[in-house]
Amino acid sequence: MKIDQMDKNLLNLIQTNFPLSPEPYREIGEMLGLGTEEVLARLKKMIDNGLIRRLGGIFDSKMLGYCSTLCAMQVDEKRIEEVAEVVNSYPGVTHNYLREHKFNMWFTFTAPSIEELNTCIAQIKVDTGIHNILILPAQELFKIRVNFEL
Amino acid sequence: MLLDLDRRIIKELQNGLPLKKYPYRVIAGRLKISESKLMNRVEYLIKKGVIRRLGAAVRHQELGFTANAMVVWDVPDNKISRVGTTMAEFKEVTHCYQRPRQTGWPYNLFTMVHGRSREECIKIAEKIARVVGIDRYNLLFSTAELKKTSMRYFE
Repeated sequence: MKIDQMDKNLLNLIQTNFPLSPEPYREIGEMLGLGTEEVLARLKKMIDNGLIRRLGGIFDSKMLGYCSTLCAMQVDEKRIEEVAEVVNSYPGVTHNYLREHKFNMWFTFTAPSIEELNTCIAQIKVDTGIHNILILPAQELFKIRVNFEL
Repeated sequence: MLLDLDRRIIKELQNGLPLKKYPYRVIAGRLKISESKLMNRVEYLIKKGVIRRLGAAVRHQELGFTANAMVVWDVPDNKISRVGTTMAEFKEVTHCYQRPRQTGWPYNLFTMVHGRSREECIKIAEKIARVVGIDRYNLLFSTAELKKTSMRYFE
């Protein structure tokens, strides 16, 4: 998957400074010295090949009335695939990573209410038979930045 | 409070901004409102913090940021605000949250550190540890991504 310096400049720009104006792609093009059609073609290429996961709005789940938490689970190496299938089947699980620790499966869970969140986590315990799950909701947010400078 | 219109706008924006010359006009057409009304409402939702930002979410692994470590810290409760604020100032730290300690889990401050290699992440953690004066910490490197999607709201 090859990208050139112009793609990198474009990615830097659209992660931080996406214009809210009638012709955002034209404005981006003007900042980079590209025509609108070329901006659209480059974006389409990077969406199609998966470099850009999504182009749109990034939301604050709490402000939308949703609850979320980080969870960590201790999963036997031999059961990882099977347990991941159960955990990942919930639409509220948006991220799931294996990490090098006794607690090796780390996932985030987002739900419309705390009741639904608790019910789903209880169900995961039943479905996997794994009861040792750390529930680690954020108490204080010091930083969230999800743009990567290239 | 969110209006019904706000929910419909959010559902459109989570599906993605159209790759068209006038993308907001396309969405406004679907919502049967004017383009200026949509833009005013989006501006309001950004100002309120409901929309954190417009733009792209990228797959950072595929862009060369291949190593990511969750660095967890055991910080004395009375120092957590100061330490959290200081850690947030490091450009290598993308996320910094306070979370509750648990039985068998002594760590109460979580940072995500992204680097181009494992060694780079370790060095960054050492640098942070020196600056904040906390030596009880642990790096949890990710070995596999099992799922990564965006939340779908109001569905």
